[in-house]
Amino acid sequence: MFAYIVRRLLFMPVVFLGVTLMVVLLLQLLSPAQRAAAFVRSDAQLRNLDAIIVQYGLDQPFHVQYVNWMREAAQGNLGYSTASSEPVMDTIRKRFPASAELALISLIPVLGLGIWLGTLAALNRDKAIDQFARVFAIVGWSLPNFVLAIWLLVIFYGALGEPLREFAGGAFRLEPGRVSTSVNIEIANGNFPLHTRFMLIDSIINGRWDVFWDALRHLVLPVITLAATSSALIMRVMRSSMLETLSQDYVRTARAKGLPTATVHYKHARRNALIPVITLSGFTVIFLMNGVVITETVFNYPGLGRWFATAAVNLDYPAVMGFTLLTAFIVVVGNLVVDILYALIDPRIRYG
Amino acid sequence: MGLASHGHDLGSGGMQAPIGGPDRADTSWWQSKPVRRFRRNPLAIVGALIVFVFVIVATFAPQMSELGRTCLRDLGLTAVTASDVRDPTKAVFWRSIVAPPATCYTIPRASFSPIPEAPSESYRLGTTSGGYDIFYGLLWGSRTAFRIGLIVVSVSLLFGLLIGGLAGYFGGWIDDVLMRFTDMVIAFPSLVLAIVIVTLLGQTLTNVIVAIALVAWPNYARVIRSEILTVKELTYVESARALGGRHFRIFIQHVLPNTIASMIVVASLDMGSVVLTAAALSFLGLGPPVGYADWGQMVNFARDWILGPPGQPLAYWFTSFYPGITILVFVLGWNLLGDAFRDAFDPRNA
Repeated sequence: MFAYIVRRLLFMPVVFLGVTLMVVLLLQLLSPAQRAAAFVRSDAQLRNLDAIIVQYGLDQPFHVQYVNWMREAAQGNLGYSTASSEPVMDTIRKRFPASAELALISLIPVLGLGIWLGTLAALNRDKAIDQFARVFAIVGWSLPNFVLAIWLLVIFYGALGEPLREFAGGAFRLEPGRVSTSVNIEIANGNFPLHTRFMLIDSIINGRWDVFWDALRHLVLPVITLAATSSALIMRVMRSSMLETLSQDYVRTARAKGLPTATVHYKHARRNALIPVITLSGFTVIFLMNGVVITETVFNYPGLGRWFATAAVNLDYPAVMGFTLLTAFIVVVGNLVVDILYALIDPRIRYG
Repeated sequence: MGLASHGHDLGSGGMQAPIGGPDRADTSWWQSKPVRRFRRNPLAIVGALIVFVFVIVATFAPQMSELGRTCLRDLGLTAVTASDVRDPTKAVFWRSIVAPPATCYTIPRASFSPIPEAPSESYRLGTTSGGYDIFYGLLWGSRTAFRIGLIVVSVSLLFGLLIGGLAGYFGGWIDDVLMRFTDMVIAFPSLVLAIVIVTLLGQTLTNVIVAIALVAWPNYARVIRSEILTVKELTYVESARALGGRHFRIFIQHVLPNTIASMIVVASLDMGSVVLTAAALSFLGLGPPVGYADWGQMVNFARDWILGPPGQPLAYWFTSFYPGITILVFVLGWNLLGDAFRDAFDPRNA
């Protein structure tokens, strides 16, 4: 297994090199002045773009520019984002925890619901629960996340907004944003120090359970939106994989031995049925990255996705490129984690 | 009616002898195993019907909607002769279907008011923020959807055919390089990549199509490559090669026909996802200009009115409901159709 992981680790820089090459290649579509924005760190430099074009050799051939860009990126200089009025790196540092919090919490329903419902559907083939699961899979897979997001807002924020505000002092209100205005004011005043910028963790560190709950209820609708597509996909694959496993000889043998049904289903069949789901988890990372852009935009959630969408509309090239680089990094790391999980669960790879 | 006869064929075909006569029943296209499996799958019929209805709507959008003033002008019509567009004996009927002027894709506005108007006689599904007619936008938006879908699918099919074909047929280092590149594009989140490309190229409908095609081809390349790897080793391809057949001819005559089944599956599933990505792009404001008949933009308009006026939270439900349900049903139709094709072609179901 060690050799396997080393092999995968060695593949990582290749992928990263490819993506960065692609990014710089795409940048060549822009004029030197537009590209110069990627090297700007402050407002003062922004006023003197010609100097930057010469300094960074933006009129030089492609390979020279690539090396320059990589050198700057490696030093953490990704340019200045006009969308957030600060260096790209600072924005990424500040906003990454918000997006990570959203995406990581979404993994709970994606994996939990997907695997649970998929197993249940396979075990009760053609019964009511299976029919429901299949409808859920195909509709969940076809429903665009931006439509789902808006419908959720219309129902829970619009139609049920008034009743929820009155019920239990508004403890179950579902609203856009990350935290309530009152908490935002406290953060601005410095009464609520941000240690990790993960709101749920910070509120525990500060011993503020009211803020914890506040952040949690703001996460409900975005998490549903973000999880819908991926959980439908996982459910579907889990169902068919479980059905295939259940029809195999070793499962019949286990049954014939007289093992309890639950042991056969959950210990023998489900473990093997999980392998395709883990393969799919690599795709889940991709879906979550796509989904974060849409979800954060609709729910006004102050993460990287919304910043990226705003930057794209406002032609803020350094921000767009910085986000692309970060995405490449996350995809590479995400796939590595999936590979390692795969090796842990599949003995064919562990000993192969 | 086309719709009625279509339904009739689908419903009764399984029981009646095909037109070719009883002796040809086993060899006819209609009685072949994949087609029979397809016909007996109720979800396949639902999917086919949905897609069929959208094809009809997209084709006859000019006849089904009240055309705007500039659109009428560019068709050479006046308010008096506007009904000519519904008369199949007039040339303008066919022109409006085959090549309507670009101005027809601009949604007519009932007003410039940001407040939506409820469905009424003249605006059947109401108007959305900015006074845009929802009914018109959805009808003509289906033309936009088909245009994006068909262009992207055919372009990425050709590109995938080229890359996957080269990789599978020649193998070796060509295969390695091309497939690593394909893997890289697949591994990157498609929406993010499409956004980057549209941002760099400029925000127009053409660039949206280019961007989506650039992220959609790897699926085709992969499928074609794996099909070719299977077919390549078959004896008849080997003998064709032994006879001195040219690479290109062997590819066209022997290899390509074997990939058609998988191509149909990927293409129909892709029609849904391509339109979805396009809608997501224009939802974010990266699509065609404001006012262009396009579903994603219609959903974007609805964002202005998630909350109704005080006391009537659901007053503007139609602004988000109709565009949303249209996209959902369109994508659902293609997904059902794609799944049905996959099941029908799957030899395991034989």
